[in-house]
Amino acid sequence: MSASAYVQLVDLAKYFGKVKALDGLSLDIAEGELVALLGPSGCGKTTALRALAGLQELDRGAMIVDGKDVTFQKASSRGMGMVFQAYSLFPHMTARENVEYGLKLRAHKTAGDKRKARSAELLELVGLSTHANHYPHQLSGGQQQRVALARALAISPKVLLLDEPLSALDAKVRTQLREEIRRIQVELGTTTLFVTHDQEEALGIADRVGVMRNGQLEQIAAPAELYDRPKTAFVAEFVGLTNPIAGKVNGGSIEVLGGVVKTLPGSITSGAGIALVRPESIDVVASKSGNASILSASFLGATCRLSILMSDGGRVTAQLPSPDAVGLGAGVSVKVSLLDIPVFVKAAG
Amino acid sequence: MRQSLGVRLWRLSIIAFVAFYLLVPLYAMFDFSTKPFGFADKGRTFRAWQMIGEQQDLFQAVTRSLISAAIVMALILFLVVPTAIWVHLKLPLLRRPFELLCLLPLAIPAIVIVVGIAPLYRWISINVSESPITLAGVYSMLILPYTYRSLSAALDAVDIHTLAEAATTLGATISRVIFGIIMPTIRTGIINGSFIAIALVLGEYTISNILNFKTFQVVIAQIGRSNGNVAVAVSLASLLFVLFLLLLIPNKKRQGAVLDVDLA
Repeated sequence: MSASAYVQLVDLAKYFGKVKALDGLSLDIAEGELVALLGPSGCGKTTALRALAGLQELDRGAMIVDGKDVTFQKASSRGMGMVFQAYSLFPHMTARENVEYGLKLRAHKTAGDKRKARSAELLELVGLSTHANHYPHQLSGGQQQRVALARALAISPKVLLLDEPLSALDAKVRTQLREEIRRIQVELGTTTLFVTHDQEEALGIADRVGVMRNGQLEQIAAPAELYDRPKTAFVAEFVGLTNPIAGKVNGGSIEVLGGVVKTLPGSITSGAGIALVRPESIDVVASKSGNASILSASFLGATCRLSILMSDGGRVTAQLPSPDAVGLGAGVSVKVSLLDIPVFVKAAG
Repeated sequence: MRQSLGVRLWRLSIIAFVAFYLLVPLYAMFDFSTKPFGFADKGRTFRAWQMIGEQQDLFQAVTRSLISAAIVMALILFLVVPTAIWVHLKLPLLRRPFELLCLLPLAIPAIVIVVGIAPLYRWISINVSESPITLAGVYSMLILPYTYRSLSAALDAVDIHTLAEAATTLGATISRVIFGIIMPTIRTGIINGSFIAIALVLGEYTISNILNFKTFQVVIAQIGRSNGNVAVAVSLASLLFVLFLLLLIPNKKRQGAVLDVDLA
């Protein structure tokens, strides 16, 4: 645990009967950092976020924010700004009244005109100054989440907590709003914890991404490191696509598809293993006497994804630059390229 | 899209039938209340309506019933509504038992309720007050099946948990959450429940009659025994009065729904 961490979650545990929602989660977040918690449903990421908000009691652990222990502090006095997955605007208040609500409740009541100025500033920040007097039912889903974001930011929260705020929106709005959240977060320098099950969202927005599983943190790292250097098989398989290809491990390398590739720390070191190879690390060249045949190809724009049947019956997915994929016939030869990029290898069987 | 003539005719005939079904009894009441009933009357007469003003008992009874209704409404606002919200928000396991409990007044015949509470009201008459206003106590129990259902439906229609949590993270205490956020959100349900309650209180007869309290309906029945025309005139007037109250229900949605929703 670093002394400079702004938010420290220490050994958090929460059990619902036999279900371990949180099982010794520890996490540090630096001031101004955006950390995303990523994981399958039921991995405990939302429980962790709700615990930090004060909405979820814990069985064990401590939470320190800005040097102060907030573990037993009430949610209403923690000063956390939260945006929920479900639309949570107060339906009887206009967008402006929603944004002002938290300010009205502050102990040192913010004066009326100051409050107005602040809400105007925040609605401007989320691009909705023209909608200040609209009621939630007059706003689209994306607009409602923007107002919710403005409302959470209005109280100048110690930590901004985002609980899958984009999952109810359609794809285009989701991408737009995701980028906007990042812009605003960087602009204000608000320390942020973002929970999502969508890896594209997590990798695209966060300074660091924590992958959770069974109430524990499997790995936390910058997006590129998480993708390139997974520490466990779960992280390798959960983040991005991988091809499980059998091979023989020998010390720090594995022999797969006729090539020798370095293995990542944490991989098995001997015997039969399964290398988790990224689709873009697989090289496909046309060859009538090759070891594989193409089953299908899907065009993704700049790249093309090929589904390949190996002569031994295994299936492999490869991703090539689109021009390279043109002209590939049924017969191809497949090998692992980019041999200097290490892969994670788990035990076979 | 234009509807076919057949569909429109079908709709119109349904509306006409419902209007007929509702309005004919009202017209019959009006007709009866304006029929001549004295030797001096001929043709149409509004003497029964004029005589409403002369019924001293009636005005006292109306006032008392209205006060009872006001007390019942206050009890709904400050007891039933917060309790319903609390149960929905914090004690979901108690929802079923609570619903069942609230339905009991509907399942138990009024006469059984009277037998049960008669000793209590005897004690109240001696030690507290003889006023029919004290009936507000038993009324607030009788209205539970209707009020609670209406509130429960309103609470189920919105995600009150998320609203409550959002308000809490912004610094609201639980009482602020209940009175400042959730109650305004389910306002329509509260208003509906309250009006059903008022209608019930103004229309209740069995309990007040057996307990010997002179409420609105008891007095109408008494007038009916001496002059049917006046009693019917009073009944019709009370119906119109309740209709007037219903028209007073504020409808904020109508003001808000002017603007269009635009895309993100």
